[in-house]
Amino acid sequence: MSNVALEVKDLVKSFSLDGATIHAVDNVSFQVKSGEFVALVGPSGSGKTTMLSILAALLAPTSGQVLIDGQDLAQMDEKRRVKLRREKIGFTFQSNNLIPFLTAQENVEFMLRLNGQANKAGRMRSAEILARLGLNDRLHNLPAQLSGGQQQRVAIARALIHNPAVVLADEPTASLDTERAFQVVETFARLVHENNRAGIMVTHDLRMCQYVDRVLQMQDGKLVRVYETKDEIMGLAMETVKH
Amino acid sequence: MKNILLAFYLALKEVFRNKGRFLLVSLVIALITLLVLFIAALGEGLANGNRQYIANLDAQLIVFLEKSDFIIPSSRLETNTARTVRRVDGVADAGPIYTSNTEIVSLQEPLKVSMLGAEPGRPGMPEILEGREFRGGEARETVIDRGVAIRSGIKVGDEIEIRSTQGTDDQFFTLEVVGLVDGQSYAFQPTIFVPVTTWEKIRPQSEADLNSDTPYPNIIAVKLEDPGQIELVKARLLANVPNIEVADIDTTINNVPGYSAQQGTVQTQGFFTLLIGVLVIGGFFQIQILQKVPQIGVLKAIGSSNGVVGWAAVIQIVVVTAIGVAIGGGLTYVFSLFLPATIPFVFDGVRSIAAVILLLLIGPFGGLVSIIYAVRIEPLKALRLG
Repeated sequence: MSNVALEVKDLVKSFSLDGATIHAVDNVSFQVKSGEFVALVGPSGSGKTTMLSILAALLAPTSGQVLIDGQDLAQMDEKRRVKLRREKIGFTFQSNNLIPFLTAQENVEFMLRLNGQANKAGRMRSAEILARLGLNDRLHNLPAQLSGGQQQRVAIARALIHNPAVVLADEPTASLDTERAFQVVETFARLVHENNRAGIMVTHDLRMCQYVDRVLQMQDGKLVRVYETKDEIMGLAMETVKH
Repeated sequence: MKNILLAFYLALKEVFRNKGRFLLVSLVIALITLLVLFIAALGEGLANGNRQYIANLDAQLIVFLEKSDFIIPSSRLETNTARTVRRVDGVADAGPIYTSNTEIVSLQEPLKVSMLGAEPGRPGMPEILEGREFRGGEARETVIDRGVAIRSGIKVGDEIEIRSTQGTDDQFFTLEVVGLVDGQSYAFQPTIFVPVTTWEKIRPQSEADLNSDTPYPNIIAVKLEDPGQIELVKARLLANVPNIEVADIDTTINNVPGYSAQQGTVQTQGFFTLLIGVLVIGGFFQIQILQKVPQIGVLKAIGSSNGVVGWAAVIQIVVVTAIGVAIGGGLTYVFSLFLPATIPFVFDGVRSIAAVILLLLIGPFGGLVSIIYAVRIEPLKALRLG
């Protein structure tokens, strides 16, 4: 862990609803370093998804700064934000993750195509990363021919193939059974660490926090607590199991 | 350029991997194409049947009797009008044309034909394709349209018998076929040409007409020395020849009885078929885009530009439409091979080409709403709908 890949400073996102102002994200600041895997947790309506949307350059903040690899999102026009998403960010979503008419390998290679890196070496790299995720016999399968866990692993490969600075995961285990959910998050964590990327995972499922380096807990738009030590994090994860 | 290549990649992969679904839409477009081309070809055939003789005249102006409203059957000119017309400055030649209908009865199935009287070598008499022109005077000779020859099996050298009702009696006349001309349909019927004096003798006529031997031409076809001086010569004709009105070829065709109404009907049918095509294609692609909202959201979220998404939609619509039009064109051609000769079906000409171009355009036009919708989908949909 060394460089700061993602820095959030005094971030505020407000919406107007029936004349009232709602602070979906309320003055939040944190940093994520390269090689660090962070979980963003909190109850529904706590502002996790809004935060992730801002970090993904999909939503503009009301005030504050988001720096990805040193670049300030607030200073960018839409064209540059699209370029940033393409080059600096890797994504996995809850579901509908993959392009249904592309095979597993084509889905992964698509990120390389977007970045003008679709060549023989890229093809080899995509096959290699999918093989590492245990999908070497599924390269030419369409998403519909893959299980939910396999689809998520393909999405993880796609999120990492172009060496982004930041990898964002929006509830990656939401549609998976427990066993597959653990496998997916463990794989995700391993690849984030191995590739020295900054990983942020939004999750409801606190059990998944056992694989992360830090947990940011949000409530009512505010960052209310940060779990940093292994004990604290494991305590949080185990607490859910007990309940 | 990178955007276009990516768009091609996405569009073609999706079509290829969902062949069944897209082929189904292509087949719907093919059926619309079949209908549109069929209507266009019928329109062309009907138009030809009505106007072919007039359109192929070696003339630029047509002289009618004054106040005949450019309607050929309503016009009956003085016999010496053609000579007067020929003396007008700028007129290269003028040929009187006499029209009527008759029936060839010497066939297994009687064949109704237009019988036209014309002077050999003058405007109004078409170029001979096979055989020779008829002699003048009262020669019982005829030159027939190839349409008559094809439908009846009549050859040059054969004799035909025609029936004309004169007064209250049916009269039968025998004519020797001395030549063939091509593509001279008039008033939806193939034509036979006869010398003017013969025409006057054998044409169907009323009791009153039987007392006269003088043939009166319906119209006079005028060939100009300089076809670029239509308006000038027209003005001279109107100034120098009494009791006439003058029209160019297009006006004459548009005033052929029933022509405009018929073409208007056919064009309206074609227009509504195209409109249905636009709605069908638009509806299909709109539904497809609605189904793909999360997918498009993901594409945008991971860094695809609006250009890639928009072009992919356009390319997909164009490909599916082109395949449909190609299948439809092929089907129309195959159908045309099995149509009887009596159906006026002309599968060429400007109208068919225009129909194909319009069919290719209705895809992108019909899909316009869905393309705009696709471009406007927010990448946030990937998170919110995910």
